Amino acid sequence: MKTIHAKINGIAVEVPAGTTILEAAKKAQVRIPTLCKHPDLKPTAACGLCIVKLKGNPRTFRACTTPIDEGMEVITHDDELVSTRKTVLELILSNHPADCQTCGRNGSCELQKLSADFAMREERIPRHVCDLPKDASTGSIIIDYAKCIKCGRCVQVCQEVQNVWALSFLERGIDTRMAPSGDISLAESPCVRCGQCSAHCPTGAIVENDDTALVWKALHDPNKFCTVQIAPAVRVAIGEEFGLEPGTNLTRKIYAVLRRMGFKAVFDTNFSADLTIMEESAEFVHRFANNGVLPLITTCCPSWVDFMEKYHTDLIPNFSTAKSPQQMMGVMTKTYYAQKQGLDPAKIYQVSIMPCTAKKFELERDTNMQASGYPDVDLSITTREFARMIKQSGIDFLRLDDEEADSILGEYTGAGTIFGATGGVMEAALRTAYYKITGENMPKEAIDIQSVRGLKGVREAEINVDGTKVRVAVAHGLANVEYVMDKVRKARDNGEPLPYHFIEVMACPGGCIGGGGQPYGVTDDIREKRIAGLYQDDRDCKLRFSHENPEVKQAYAEFLGEPLSEKAHHLLHTHYVERPMYQR
Amino acid sequence: MTTPTDIIKQSPEDKEKIRTRIQKYVDRWRGVEGNLIMILHDIQEAEGYVPREWSMELAKALDINLGRIYEVLTFYTYFNLKPCGKHAIHVCTGTACHIKGSAKLIDELKTRFGFVVGETTPDRLYSLNEVRCLGACGLAPVARVNHEILAKATPESLVEKIESLEKVNV
Ligand code: SF4
Ligand code: SF4
Ligand code: SF4
Ligand code: FES
Repeated sequence: MKTIHAKINGIAVEVPAGTTILEAAKKAQVRIPTLCKHPDLKPTAACGLCIVKLKGNPRTFRACTTPIDEGMEVITHDDELVSTRKTVLELILSNHPADCQTCGRNGSCELQKLSADFAMREERIPRHVCDLPKDASTGSIIIDYAKCIKCGRCVQVCQEVQNVWALSFLERGIDTRMAPSGDISLAESPCVRCGQCSAHCPTGAIVENDDTALVWKALHDPNKFCTVQIAPAVRVAIGEEFGLEPGTNLTRKIYAVLRRMGFKAVFDTNFSADLTIMEESAEFVHRFANNGVLPLITTCCPSWVDFMEKYHTDLIPNFSTAKSPQQMMGVMTKTYYAQKQGLDPAKIYQVSIMPCTAKKFELERDTNMQASGYPDVDLSITTREFARMIKQSGIDFLRLDDEEADSILGEYTGAGTIFGATGGVMEAALRTAYYKITGENMPKEAIDIQSVRGLKGVREAEINVDGTKVRVAVAHGLANVEYVMDKVRKARDNGEPLPYHFIEVMACPGGCIGGGGQPYGVTDDIREKRIAGLYQDDRDCKLRFSHENPEVKQAYAEFLGEPLSEKAHHLLHTHYVERPMYQR
Repeated sequence: MTTPTDIIKQSPEDKEKIRTRIQKYVDRWRGVEGNLIMILHDIQEAEGYVPREWSMELAKALDINLGRIYEVLTFYTYFNLKPCGKHAIHVCTGTACHIKGSAKLIDELKTRFGFVVGETTPDRLYSLNEVRCLGACGLAPVARVNHEILAKATPESLVEKIESLEKVNV
């Protein structure tokens, strides 16, 4: 590719043709302020903060959209540019409420940070803030229209990354505003609650529904026996809220802090991920051996399930009936664990700590989520809420001594922990399916199934299981699903051989480590570090096959019987129905 | 014309009728660039506005997202999303009219007739809307009643105009 030679503030840079001024400036150690541009997304050129000048040209240009050209001499900072940026910021603030202290993004807001950096001290332009009411209809995320700066990130994420189209811009010019599907409530729209809009929003205009007060209330209720589970992706991301590198694994400190907070039993969703694999791989092997409906499609991700029930209903028979690890943990706590400990399940309260806003919604998605006779899980909070709780608690989290999870629903294998990364469920399922088909474990050097790993939107692979070729596909980010599902449909309609036997889908880019409830500021670089943290955890585990988890084996021996037994079906499986895309 | 509430209760036969009519418009503009706008235009011409139910059926017929249709519908002020009254009243709230007291005009209509901005009266006779600029700033404040421009409008002249409408038409 052609190389461009240019100068940024007099510093020579060489970049490939097509590079924007914004990116090129980084090569000269220059940071141009941005507000609307997000590293995951195409520039929308909405905010105007990134303006720069070109030598010999009276105009200003937006650095996020202007490609750098041969011989360009870019000026990124001079008195005039800085003062224009300040005016732009003032104008944005004049349409923004001044309630940072009570905002969900206090401390993590990009607008707040820019205002601090630019030393905004006085209010010269009278404030005019829109008075549309908040939308809290989903229970997962809350939209506060007054805080929207119309950067377009959420709309782009929802339309192009997730292909859900719950959000779009209405009207134009000064009246432009973001709204769900032609002004209905978010819950009535096709929104799948993935929270990617909230993860990408620079301000407090879309935040998770904070349930931390409810957790404290339950913990302080003497009549409740509070139990908790922690999802795979949380352990390698929460450190970021305490200044640690992405990917730092804090599993054992999380157990310790949860116990200090007052949880009577601390479980690990990795255990129920292993349990999910037992059920799902049994389902796969059964369908594979008996000419059942294939490809089998994973269902651990509630956003994906919701998307399928709205957009891919013809593939409902292909969905695994296995519940997600969150739900399996809940139901096992209120049945098996309760019986073993002689506890009244009515008094057990279960909290799940998830990287995910959709998990809040999954709790009540249908009546199968109360298979024990009680809600499987009572409350779900995100990683961000959990970090807030730790800070509220006054516990010096990072200095706690490591502790272990509670027994019977706490032990996990490496296969369970990689659930948090895209491709992880597939890899874990293949490890166990291989064993079920051949009667032997995969050879040691084959355990790391590299072909299903990575951040490519769709990954296709062929796995050799004792001479039989198992074809699999992994997709993450819902817009990537289309390619895979269309291939399946085409083969089905033309009577051609199946393109795949097994498909994994996760709604969030990167899988749950990039979930809508994770610490803010995620980029592919951070996703990779979090993923590396999980694969390291996998390698560090003595056991790396779900079917070898001793507590899972014990649960089957003492309680569930076999995978897919009647009891397992009743407690650990669910079913799917077609749902309307729009409720209005 | 159906009200938005009626739409939800629409019977399968009604839906089928909508579908057939939409298909007609879709066929009419097949292969034409910008056909979405043309089809929406046809719908508005026929119905007086673009009902949500129609947009939904159109989304299916064109295999596009409803959100996209609303982007277009709300981008152009030409399209109505709600049924309009027999008489369309527009009060200009552009800068010049604002300074010359357009708020007083709207207040008068609210208190005198119970009109709500952006809504049609239950008897379907009047709808009141604000517009950003009617392009007649020299005549501010300006109101438009049906196709007639009311220059240098006062609460009194506007009320008089509106009261005359039904008498004339009876
Ligand atoms: S939660 Fe996901 S589906 Fe819902 S509006 Fe946000 S990005 Fe779209
Ligand atoms: S809600 Fe947030 S992400 Fe969406 S346009 Fe507004 S400020 Fe941008
Ligand atoms: S990928 Fe994970 S974090 Fe994202 S919606 Fe699905 S389950 Fe939640
Ligand atoms: S960052 Fe370039 S216009 Fe907003």
